[in-house]
Amino acid sequence: MNAAKSLRRWLHGTMLAGAAVLAAQAAQAQEVNIYTTREPGLIQPLLDAFTKESGIQVKTVALKDGLAERVASEGENSPADVLMTVDFGNLVDLVEAGVTQPVKSEALESAIPANLRDADGNWFALSLRARVLYADKDLNDLTSFTYEELADPKWDGKVCIRSGKHPYNIALISTMIAKDGAEKTEAWLEGVKNNLARPAAGGDRDVARDILGGICEIGIANSYYVGLMRSGKGGPEQEEWAKAIKVILPTFADGSGTQVNVSGAAVAKHAPNKDNAVKLLEYLVSDEAQGIYASANYEYPVKPGAAVDPIIEALGPLKVDATQLTEIAANRKTAAELVDKVGFDE
Amino acid sequence: MRSFLATALDRSSSHSGRGWQIAAAAIAFLVVLPILALLAIATQSSGDLWPHLISYVLPHALTQTALLLLGVSLIVVSLGTGSAWLVTAYDFPLRRMFEWALLLPLAIPTYIIAFAYLDLMHPIGPVQSVLRALFGLTPRDLRFLEMRSLTGCIFVLGIVLYPYVYLFARAMFLMQAASMVDAARMLGAGPLEVFFRVVLPMARPAIAVGTSLALMEAINDIGASEFLGVQTLTVSIYATWINRTSLPGAAQIAIAMLVVVVALIVLERTARTRQRYAAEASRARRLQPVRLKGPMALVAVLLCLVPVLLGFVAPALHLGNEAWKRLSFAGFSSRLVEETLNTMLLAGTATLVIILAGLVVAFTARQSRLGIQLLRVASLGYAVPGTVLAIGLLWPMAALDQGLNRLGLVSGMFLSGSVAALIYAYAARFMAISAGGIEAGLARIPPTYDQAARMLGRTRAGTIRAIHLPLVRPALLTAALLVFVDCMKELPATLLLRPLAFETLATHLYGEAARGTYEDGAIAALLIVLFGLIPVILLARLSRKEG
Repeated sequence: MNAAKSLRRWLHGTMLAGAAVLAAQAAQAQEVNIYTTREPGLIQPLLDAFTKESGIQVKTVALKDGLAERVASEGENSPADVLMTVDFGNLVDLVEAGVTQPVKSEALESAIPANLRDADGNWFALSLRARVLYADKDLNDLTSFTYEELADPKWDGKVCIRSGKHPYNIALISTMIAKDGAEKTEAWLEGVKNNLARPAAGGDRDVARDILGGICEIGIANSYYVGLMRSGKGGPEQEEWAKAIKVILPTFADGSGTQVNVSGAAVAKHAPNKDNAVKLLEYLVSDEAQGIYASANYEYPVKPGAAVDPIIEALGPLKVDATQLTEIAANRKTAAELVDKVGFDE
Repeated sequence: MRSFLATALDRSSSHSGRGWQIAAAAIAFLVVLPILALLAIATQSSGDLWPHLISYVLPHALTQTALLLLGVSLIVVSLGTGSAWLVTAYDFPLRRMFEWALLLPLAIPTYIIAFAYLDLMHPIGPVQSVLRALFGLTPRDLRFLEMRSLTGCIFVLGIVLYPYVYLFARAMFLMQAASMVDAARMLGAGPLEVFFRVVLPMARPAIAVGTSLALMEAINDIGASEFLGVQTLTVSIYATWINRTSLPGAAQIAIAMLVVVVALIVLERTARTRQRYAAEASRARRLQPVRLKGPMALVAVLLCLVPVLLGFVAPALHLGNEAWKRLSFAGFSSRLVEETLNTMLLAGTATLVIILAGLVVAFTARQSRLGIQLLRVASLGYAVPGTVLAIGLLWPMAALDQGLNRLGLVSGMFLSGSVAALIYAYAARFMAISAGGIEAGLARIPPTYDQAARMLGRTRAGTIRAIHLPLVRPALLTAALLVFVDCMKELPATLLLRPLAFETLATHLYGEAARGTYEDGAIAALLIVLFGLIPVILLARLSRKEG
């Protein structure tokens, strides 16, 4: 009994002290809390710029997985204001887990094309990235490429790619299912698997490194890594990797365009600082922030007409494949099953 | 602190020892709570998942896991036991250095060793460059050096996990009376016969403990396995959760895996129950190391050198080199100072908590049958992958928070998203090392000592203070240091549960590695290894003192 009383007193004391600190902070500076699965180094420049402009302090926690589970378990007490992630599939999952809230914002709606945001405002895409081909720079005859060709037996033992289960590849396979159906996609996936030079593992940049190392000749990876490597931001070694490759923006065989994915954000259902959360999202689609997405991260801005970085511009004009994001998201389960079925990662 | 704890518990229990049991039961309950939560999650429907898993996922995952465990156990048992016997039974140049150097790989997390070896063995890395220059080979000729394979994964896990076996085997060899070995020698047994027919069977419990710790680490590893493209059960659990967004499915596989692991442990135990391994309490004459000369001494040196070189020196040098390049390219991030402090404080606090709780559980296990069951229950967390355990912890913590709120003790989140959450997660995961290690130490103290002390009028707490704590100290410190290193290296639970704006060295490294290259995180990786060395060196000094 005594122990409980003293524990309560102690907790009260620390709470009061904590509350005092919080109050002082609130008086001095506003804040916004981000839970993210994005790579912390990539969003930091944007967050720094936001703090500089708005005076709002940003606190982040970068998770690998389990974002929805953590926010859901924290419930009403969750300090999360903004949930940031890559891959619209993940964004859809957040909505389905019930941890987001709809946001109405003129600024967001005018900046982001309608197909790149949730109709109810539960999530918004903030940047785009393309799934492109890295190829040995000496493959002179190779000037265009379709994703279907990855299964062409002429690339036997020459293809490198990360795990088939990675969201980036799941989205690509889901798009293929949307176009050709599950059966044809399975045959295609089987073909790609048979062409693999090494197990489907590691990261996207390993494709460039493995091409330099002579393990493979072509591979699929994200567009922005080209910028990170070629600019020298990844260090001198990665510059060497990037020199070994050329980049082709593939299309699907129907000629529709290149497969793109998004990074995006949602406002958390129980956001304690909802106004600041919306402010942050609105800032992220401002010309300044979209410029940072392009110049610091080498992503494609989501805002129509915003400039891309010269390194990315040099890859050629991006024609985005028109498959509906919702349809791609709906195919993810089938895609994951196919990956298991053909033993893509085995 | 220790005596305070002992006194408090003793007072509340008077003679019955029920206080101990209640405390141990509370600890076991808290520690097993995330597994209970997983069980609850597992009872939800996972739809049509299982037919798919059985047709396409499990056959391969089970084979890969079994082969991985087989390979890793071959490496850890042979390297761990062999090197431990060499440095205990023989004397050769550098032996005293090897005694502690053989422990160094403990400081290197599996996810770092995998990255390091992929670099070292890559076609554009140093090893292949030299081989190609020497023999004019192409990368395709050197495909056997591909780390992204089951063999590669077995190698990297084995080479950093063998110290678990080394540590326990060596302690056992040091304890063993020399008389058995002398008798065997006198009866004309050669050195190999002595080792295989006398030493090895007698050290079996120690080897079993060390091997099961190493195998638990291997089976639950996600960093190295996923990175090297090996589809183990743990990787499948993870994929089920993430790709099929089926947490119930993931929980079901995790629980099934836990059942199999527990069954294996029970099997090994029952296979041993008919044998008795009671150590002589009296300080029996220790084994006198045989001096090796000439070529045999060289062989011994080489045998000890290989694991140290492969498990520590090569990857550490590589990290040092990368960190140096990184420093000259990007400079030293001042955040690293804070992150190092966070890491040390967090691991230190967690170790203290886990050891104190482990003491309570281990002492209770010494006193009653129920206590032994509680100890087993409290050890379960070690057999569950870190990510899954952390997910299982989310809801119990939220429920505890709500309870505290209702009692009016706190408002809002208290445990969730706090440092306490991390400590809780570490406790749930590493209680096996703490309680198990201390229990093993206690088991070496004959019960007659307790009876004598009680007859001489000591209270239960007094007995613990006067008899148990001094005698169990080495085992306790060993457990503490192992727990500390494990907490320092822990990544998946730390990533998921840590507070806002709170980074440790491991999460920093993850942040960098997530971008596709871990070279950027080389400085953090090196810091993990360097600070991980401190407890390892302490551990080495301790085990030398014991010897």
